[in-house]
Amino acid sequence: MIVLAIVIGVAAGILSGLLGIGGGILLVPALALVLDLDHIDAEATSLLAIIPVAAVGAWRQRSYGNLDVRTGVTVGIFAALAAVGGVALVNALDERLIRYFFAVLMVYVAWRLASGAIRQLRAEAASATEG
Amino acid sequence: MPNERILRLAIIGVGTGLFSGLFGVGGGVVLVPMLILWLGFDERKAAATSLLVIVIAAIGGAITHLTYGNIDLVAALTVGIPAVGGVLIGTWLQQRINVAVVQLLFSLLLVATAALVAFG
Repeated sequence: MIVLAIVIGVAAGILSGLLGIGGGILLVPALALVLDLDHIDAEATSLLAIIPVAAVGAWRQRSYGNLDVRTGVTVGIFAALAAVGGVALVNALDERLIRYFFAVLMVYVAWRLASGAIRQLRAEAASATEG
Repeated sequence: MPNERILRLAIIGVGTGLFSGLFGVGGGVVLVPMLILWLGFDERKAAATSLLVIVIAAIGGAITHLTYGNIDLVAALTVGIPAVGGVLIGTWLQQRINVAVVQLLFSLLLVATAALVAFG
């Protein structure tokens, strides 16, 4: 079981570095299902594990010249404050409704990102054949 | 327009924090698309910024959970140390893959997250 947790940990890190996410999407299930933590403990533990992962990723991205620290710190402070508000809002709103709304919104954003990426890949392919 | 830029960054930060607090999803899935679609970041810059934002937001969240005693330190190290190794590979890989391909992978991740949020 420990080996499986380690493998999922590595996969979460690769995903984190590749896509700029924390990796909680893999870490939380690994902690809950493989290491038998209950759901709240798994989320809390995942949050702690993510800190060094994202920090090392941000440090590497800085050496690659992709990171503007001031932008990140500005967004980060607002995000940290607003997360507290988000947790408070969960109890005040009809959660199912906003879940579906949010899911539909994410699929729309995914479509926007994918169509932009495909357009770019086609343009690159076209200029490659011309050149 | 530095003021408008700061306003946009603030809105993006608040949106990221609110959604991740609401649904328990990480900030990255909300933040990266906003940086790309609204601020015109490419996938690499967006991912880099997102990782730094996640550090700051996760520190805040982890401190809250530490006070409630929800954190299992041994389990955190068991998945966290391999994940630090993984992130070195992931960031290395990202510099070598076409940004449009990375963006396509990201849109797949968004659809998966949408399904988790709706049905999970």
